[in-house]
Amino acid sequence: MDNRVVITGLGVVAPNGIDLKTFTHAIQHGVSGIKYDQQLTQLGFSCQISGTPELSDELISRYLTPLELKNFNSTGILYGVIAGMDAWHDAGLSGPTGNEPDWDSGTIFGTGTSGIDKFRESIYKIDEQQIRKLGSTVVAQTMASGVSAYLGGKLGLGNQVTTNSSACITGTESILMAYERIKSGQATRMLAGSTSDSGPYIWAGFDALKVCTYKNNDAPEKASRPMSKSASGFVPSSGAGALVLESLDSARSRGVRIYAEVLGGNINSGGQLGTGSMTAPNNTAVQRCIKAALLNAGIEGKDIDAINGHLTATAKDAVEIQNWSAALGLEGTDFPFINSLKSTIGHCLTAAGSIECVASVLQLDHGFIFPNINCEDLNPEITGIIDRKRIPLKFLQKDLKVVAKASFGFGDVNACIIFKKYRNE
Amino acid sequence: MNREEIIARLKPIIKVYVDDKSSLDHLDESTDFIKDLKINSANLVDIVLDVEEEFAIEIDNTAMEKMLSVGASIAVIEQKLADK
Repeated sequence: MDNRVVITGLGVVAPNGIDLKTFTHAIQHGVSGIKYDQQLTQLGFSCQISGTPELSDELISRYLTPLELKNFNSTGILYGVIAGMDAWHDAGLSGPTGNEPDWDSGTIFGTGTSGIDKFRESIYKIDEQQIRKLGSTVVAQTMASGVSAYLGGKLGLGNQVTTNSSACITGTESILMAYERIKSGQATRMLAGSTSDSGPYIWAGFDALKVCTYKNNDAPEKASRPMSKSASGFVPSSGAGALVLESLDSARSRGVRIYAEVLGGNINSGGQLGTGSMTAPNNTAVQRCIKAALLNAGIEGKDIDAINGHLTATAKDAVEIQNWSAALGLEGTDFPFINSLKSTIGHCLTAAGSIECVASVLQLDHGFIFPNINCEDLNPEITGIIDRKRIPLKFLQKDLKVVAKASFGFGDVNACIIFKKYRNE
Repeated sequence: MNREEIIARLKPIIKVYVDDKSSLDHLDESTDFIKDLKINSANLVDIVLDVEEEFAIEIDNTAMEKMLSVGASIAVIEQKLADK
């Protein structure tokens, strides 16, 4: 029989909070983590703001040894290690105690690139024919699976240790893949999550694509405007989110807190056909993904209390709402509450899905819907589909049963996951 | 520079790569980096880079391969200093 899968640990490194407590407070109060970014300005970016987690040396030294920090230059691995270890400890778990790996625990921790700054540094050395001066850690820091490899070593994991990569759905996908592994009995516990590097070398391509906003450089906190009439592109950001997934049996036998249950979900692609392309979603596929997620979770559209959307603050926001409405068969006042975390933290790219899933699970656990900021001027195309009261502008205390989270990404890929409040039943 | 002086300058370099710092208490020329100090073999290339910087010398691949113990490292350093 399939295992039921629950969430027993959370960790987050976000632009508006680098630990669970600060992050929870920030999302409840609509605290923005978007700031002016001097480096982007100096390099001539159109978008001169970003959401970059701020970490002190003291904090970093609690997660990485002086030897690990020697020649270390990978923000993505750093964020992933912090969020991942925090989630592990939050679940009441500790690192290795002897020489025996934890055979029943693994990790699926995604990223888009790894150690892009380390890679840049290395490329300069290589071109100067200084290969031997690269040192021993270039591979570990720049291989895509660097983040899962670091975590696997720190936690002594003996089950699958891997990194997935699928653009902006990466984080949501990692959780669904971990869920499947536990559900089918191949692992008891999986650390699922994703991370994304910070800085100009990761964000420049998006600036060149003109998908980042350049109209709000003088008002960083107002710049990320999902669902608003004045949405003009996303704000690039970074960080990591991590969740410990565990079989219900294991969580019960350990007697630990259960944040929520993963009811199910779906991952698909639109094949870059129809309305789909490398950069735009095939709407038929998006709707199919959401519908398949409901079916997989054994629920109907009306069972969803709140949606945490992808909603990046581009012209595509209205299309996303239309897709949700069509997939759920709900509109107007019947539509669930919906919010976008990107209004306060920007678009964390490959880290977006996991950080936003952490926020979704916190909503279920504490019973609230976090406010959308910067959409007082709602896009009329959106209010033509759903009632404006379904888009909370203020913190809403509310007992939630089911939250749906979806992510959509380049390559025409989609992921939708369904979380349910866990009650001892 | 005598061998004691070289050891004194070598010790802080090596220390960074050693988990159990107490193993450094009995450091002498016979100390093996991997067997005695449990240094990760991947870090041997980092030690060589640090030694190059500290003594302002350049260590070629052949010499590098010999630097598995304190004594062997001292021999390489002495040789390279003499060649300067």
